[in-house]
Amino acid sequence: MATAVAPPPVVNDGTELLPKKLVRARPLFDPPILKRAIRESFVKLNPVTLMSNPVMFVVEVGAALTSVFVTRDAITGEHPIGFTLQITLWLWFTVLFANFAEAMAEARGKAQADTLRKAKTETMAKRLLNSGGKVEELAASRLRAGDIVLCEAGDNIPGDGEVIEGIATVDESVITGESAPVIRESGGDRSAVTGGTKVLSDWIKIRITSNPGETFLDRMIALVEGAERQKTPNEIALNILIAGLTLIFLLAVVTLDPFALYAVRSAGAGEVPSVAVLVSLLVCLIPTTIGGLLSAIGIAGMDRVMQHNVLAMSGKAVEASGDVNTLLLDKTGTITLGNRQAVEFIPVDGIEPAELADAAQLSSLADETPEGRSIVVLAKAQFNLRGREVHDLDAHFIPFSAYTRMSGVDLDGRQLRKGATEAIVRFVREQGGSVPHNFMDVSDRISRSGGTPLAVADGGRLLGTIHLKDVVKGGMKERLGQLRNMGIRSVMITGDNPLTAAAIAAEAGVDDFLAQATPEQKLQYIKREQTEGRLVAMTGDGTNDAPALAQADVGVAMNTGTMAAKEAGNMVDLDSNPTKLIEVVAIGKQLLITRGALTTFSIANDVAKYFAIIPAMFMATYPALGYLNIMHLHTPQSAVLSAVIFNALIIIALVPLALRGVKYRPQAAEIMLRRNLLIYGIGGIIAPFPGIWLIDQIVHWLHLA
Amino acid sequence: MWRQFGPALRITLFFTILTGLIYPGIVTGLCQILFHHQANGSMVEVNGQTVGSELIGQNFSKPQYFQPRPSAAGNGYDGSQSNGSQYGPTNQKLIDRVKASVDQFRKDNPDYTGPIPADAVTASASGLDPDISPANAGAQAPRVAKARGASLQDVEQLIAEHTTGRTFGLMGEPRVNVLLLNLDLDKKFPQKETIH
Amino acid sequence: MTAIGILNIVVFLLVLLALTKPLGVFMTKLFQGERTFLHPVIRPIEKLTYRLCGIREDTEQRWTQYAASLIAFSLASFLFAYIIQRLQGILPFNPNHFSTAHAPSGATPMTPDLAFNTAVSFVTNTNWQNYFGETTLSYFVQMAALTVQNFVSAAAGVAVSVALIRGFARRQANSIGNFWVDLTRATLYVFLPLSLLGALFLCSQGAIQNFKANTTVKTVEGASQIIPQGPVASQESIKMVGTNGGGFFNANSAHPFENPTPLTNFVQMLMIFVIPAGLTYQFGRMVADRRQGWALFAAMSVLFLAGVFVCYPAEQAGNPQLTKLGLETKATSVQPGGNMEGKEVRFGIPASSLFATVTTDASCGAINGWHDSYTPIGGLVPLFNMQLGEVVFGGVGAGIKGMLLFAILAVFIAGLMVGRTPEYIGKKIEQKEVKMAMLALILMAANVLVFSGISSVANFKKNGYWNPPGPAAANINNDGPHGFTEILYAYTSTNANNGSAFAGLNGNTPWYNLTLGLATLIGRFFFIIPMLAVAGALAAKKKVPVTSGTLPTHGALFVGLLIGTVVIVGALTYFPALSLGPIVEHFLMREGKLFSSLFSLPIWS
Repeated sequence: MATAVAPPPVVNDGTELLPKKLVRARPLFDPPILKRAIRESFVKLNPVTLMSNPVMFVVEVGAALTSVFVTRDAITGEHPIGFTLQITLWLWFTVLFANFAEAMAEARGKAQADTLRKAKTETMAKRLLNSGGKVEELAASRLRAGDIVLCEAGDNIPGDGEVIEGIATVDESVITGESAPVIRESGGDRSAVTGGTKVLSDWIKIRITSNPGETFLDRMIALVEGAERQKTPNEIALNILIAGLTLIFLLAVVTLDPFALYAVRSAGAGEVPSVAVLVSLLVCLIPTTIGGLLSAIGIAGMDRVMQHNVLAMSGKAVEASGDVNTLLLDKTGTITLGNRQAVEFIPVDGIEPAELADAAQLSSLADETPEGRSIVVLAKAQFNLRGREVHDLDAHFIPFSAYTRMSGVDLDGRQLRKGATEAIVRFVREQGGSVPHNFMDVSDRISRSGGTPLAVADGGRLLGTIHLKDVVKGGMKERLGQLRNMGIRSVMITGDNPLTAAAIAAEAGVDDFLAQATPEQKLQYIKREQTEGRLVAMTGDGTNDAPALAQADVGVAMNTGTMAAKEAGNMVDLDSNPTKLIEVVAIGKQLLITRGALTTFSIANDVAKYFAIIPAMFMATYPALGYLNIMHLHTPQSAVLSAVIFNALIIIALVPLALRGVKYRPQAAEIMLRRNLLIYGIGGIIAPFPGIWLIDQIVHWLHLA
Repeated sequence: MWRQFGPALRITLFFTILTGLIYPGIVTGLCQILFHHQANGSMVEVNGQTVGSELIGQNFSKPQYFQPRPSAAGNGYDGSQSNGSQYGPTNQKLIDRVKASVDQFRKDNPDYTGPIPADAVTASASGLDPDISPANAGAQAPRVAKARGASLQDVEQLIAEHTTGRTFGLMGEPRVNVLLLNLDLDKKFPQKETIH
Repeated sequence: MTAIGILNIVVFLLVLLALTKPLGVFMTKLFQGERTFLHPVIRPIEKLTYRLCGIREDTEQRWTQYAASLIAFSLASFLFAYIIQRLQGILPFNPNHFSTAHAPSGATPMTPDLAFNTAVSFVTNTNWQNYFGETTLSYFVQMAALTVQNFVSAAAGVAVSVALIRGFARRQANSIGNFWVDLTRATLYVFLPLSLLGALFLCSQGAIQNFKANTTVKTVEGASQIIPQGPVASQESIKMVGTNGGGFFNANSAHPFENPTPLTNFVQMLMIFVIPAGLTYQFGRMVADRRQGWALFAAMSVLFLAGVFVCYPAEQAGNPQLTKLGLETKATSVQPGGNMEGKEVRFGIPASSLFATVTTDASCGAINGWHDSYTPIGGLVPLFNMQLGEVVFGGVGAGIKGMLLFAILAVFIAGLMVGRTPEYIGKKIEQKEVKMAMLALILMAANVLVFSGISSVANFKKNGYWNPPGPAAANINNDGPHGFTEILYAYTSTNANNGSAFAGLNGNTPWYNLTLGLATLIGRFFFIIPMLAVAGALAAKKKVPVTSGTLPTHGALFVGLLIGTVVIVGALTYFPALSLGPIVEHFLMREGKLFSSLFSLPIWS
């Protein structure tokens, strides 16, 4: 796992799945966003665009219908228009409020897209011509895939590509929001660069990999703006449900007309309810709350993922992450801290621990690997051995090689070596030394505990072993436990041998592990899980992760990773923090919960509305129906008006909930369902009664009806 | 679908024969052997003359007989027109009819002053209800006793004998079969005009 | 309510509970092709059936083929039933000479529209009856047309349920069984044996079974009385166990020859519920999680008890206007009290309320008292039961289908609240399932509401074919909201394939015969076909493994959710209509408002 820069700290106390403070959170109601949303609310009244939302379309048609009647009555002057006019206005408000919710959700993305778009403009590219080192300046928009460009300190990188020569520090803050520069160099997993980022020092040659308009930045703009937004499968199904309910209520209300005619004739009193009243009943019954907020919930879900600095390529991916059953987590960087650390010096019999520590320290002075540094740190901490300045010593450093599998230093005629146990044992024997018979036991014990043994020798004298330990991240066990509660199995992927892997797996509390994993094994594992009906999520960065990323239902590619990985996944983590997969899952769940909660609430609300409107409708025909007026609303007109007002206001009241999402705690499904059913189901039945009653009081007090 | 029509016709014919002819035939055969009396209508004979079915109520209007419930089957207890009144609870005709029945019941049974047993003035579902409630019978008992010159106690005793309790003490209602009670009355307390 | 009355209801449920598992086990084995204890006797007949009808036992059908077979079979059945009725005058077993020159004076002619309505009605397991059996039909029609359909329409219903259950049970399969095989097995192994036993029992209690002409007797007081005859027990038995509900006589299970004693009444109610209850167990067995079946059973039981315990007290409280006339309404040890109009003494209030609830919880439609004469709230229960889709045990097959439809909706709406896309029994509920479930719901609502709407206000010209001149609403027997309920009830009952009626409505006119027939067809096929589509879609899916993140669908919480969904969806759809029918009538009855003359409506259309 090549992490170029430390990921930005994600505030997390280990108990909350969602960090309390989001990385790039904006206030919910930012004034410019608000202004933009209000403007958009009116643009969205266009019936052609509104048609894609059947519920709101019906409301608009109803509003238009009552508008016609109001106008007619105003012209003829036959009927007083006060009541119908108010109904009409509130019906229009209902549509506007729903539009506003969607516009609010979109506006946040659009504001972000504007910032990104600035990065795109005015970039000039230095294209290298085939012949020699000649450079040609041209606009970035004219670059084609395959072109090779040169970027020097201060240049904006003109397009997505791969570094083919050189090394440079690059400011990617425009994409990631992280100001610390990252290193980009040719070869390996740090070769991908993104158009719009800026070279800070040195130079690189880049082979452009995308055509204009198809760059990562372009896609990112389109994504955050919601331009490419397609309805997700669950959203479509939910739309069918609420459109179906709308049709049923339409039937119930339309047929109420002949039923009422029968009733009026039969009772010989009253009259058939007016169109305005029937439309009011219809609008109150159809699920306007969820109908108005559904797309806002989806957009806000994408936006929340974005606030975590994860770019979801589709809403479907976010939705799928809520369904994930199996999480493949890379050991290094995700479950353990990136590096192993020295925790103990274990000398062989007859050797002082301090001597072992001293030799270990000397052999590690030139070792810039984290492991090497941790040995120096441990030696200082345990034996107060200060780090000696390397250059002061007349020393010859032996670097680690895959062939010798050891490293060390030649100093004052001493040959200090540290390395894999077998390698050091061979070295000692070659030097004519002997190895205590129980020496290997120590190594085995360390291996079994999940650590890595590192033997140290001074020429033919075997000094002892350093215990390097994989350090499991703090709070990992709790977080994985939470995942388990949510019904998600975690699987650790590691290149370690099964013994070590098992030990770490046990310590971290993962449910399963895949040791000595090759990319093929990873792919096989995913496929096997999927045939058993499970959904799999994973993170990856290297090119060889690409097939597995593509196969996984949710594949999060690290932004530092290769282009191939980024193309294969359906999300890109701009912070390149593999732990974030867990948060993405939580956001996916939150998105689905919010949808379910508002649907349930919306339908449950109808009960109260019937009790408000039905007795009001037939008060003159069947005064006996007044028994159903359990809210004791003042007049039939105030009852209808109050229900309509309540219905409109509830949409606005729930906009923050739709945008923020329902609070999510990792709990077993049953507990979560009970809680949400209580709040949104039972609460949804009860809440409108006091709500409508209160509005009726106000309406009556203001003499509106 | 049309390809399926062949098997559809064949299987319909097959089941028509099996369940429409063979099955009822077997049931008829078995029932005629095993439950001959019931299978043929549980007919009641008096002196070799069939006077009705113990399961089908019949009209009694004379004071010396216990009277059955109001019937909406044809012109009353028409075995070919089983039906109720089909009056709903807010139908003026229902209230009027019940009121008339109540008045008649009070007039016929002046000795009875308690609340009217509901079954006495409401039309049964089949229009052929063979039963009345013991309370209904009890309310009519003084009248019947008087008309027959029998003691009230004897008549009440007879009612008790003819009262069927709930099945297993649980199902249905206690009831008195009007036809069987009346026939027993004729047997035990014969009147001049009814003696053959 | 009396302690005995309540006990009666509780005992009924307990006996049902005891019968559920044995029958469920038997049916599971049967429909999975395993041997049962009846195989030695019936297997030869089954093989004969396949051989004679050209059916290949070992082939499986996709849902589309399954549906096509069902439709083809229904069409063939319709033709048989229609033709037999129309030809009854020349066919045998017609001792009362219906449709002949010697027909008795009160006989009803078998018109084409009545024959259509009756054929449709029996083929679809509805058994709505616009005729008096005893004055209209020959014994041959009763047996060869109606009894047959009582068997096979019920068997077809069971077949479809089994196919739907297979949809949940199978994984990544493209077929859902073979309709012909399911139909045959249901008929031969389930319905025939149960009916035979039932018929013998009913006859032992007094139900008649003969081929004689009606008997005329001289009564004790010297009047002449017709005692009806016929092969009743054999038809009565399958009418109950097949949840058909079409009576041999007009009075149906109120008729002493159909339902002679309280014991037969109790058994008849059990016959209605036993197969649907068994299907819940079969569901649990086949999806390899018995708790799922019991959860459905529990949800049904709660709704059942809720219905009974609304109906029973309402009927016992009776009609306050009659109480004012001096009627006893309290039940005592010597009389039933309550609203006895349209009820039989031997059943009294509890057994009648229970029967009304059971017959409409299921798609049976048999009655042992006239729902039209029930109190408004007492009558609301059967009406609302049917509007909920008869999901409470339901008819043979209809109940579990309806309940599974609601389970799909409940899971879809509330299941999201656990943070996963909805799944039920390991099957993801997606677009197709929701689409089909909604399609069925919409068409059911439209069917009831639109036809009721038209019939409440339609007006007919003089000398027209469709109906006597004047409003269609003039065919009702009660004015005011009650009359509206009669119309609403008629289309609700036919849509739900129930067949019970607010029988004051005179339905034997071309208008009602045809529209009610149409409503019946829509209610049957536009419910079954979408559910078969759901079965097909589900069978093709993988099974998602259960984790702690899975919405549990076997606990009390889900049962509550399911009940809530059923009631709220039903109530929201029909509340406006109900408020102008039984609900307002209830308040009016308490206030003492009565309706007398039939009103006349202006021409509306």
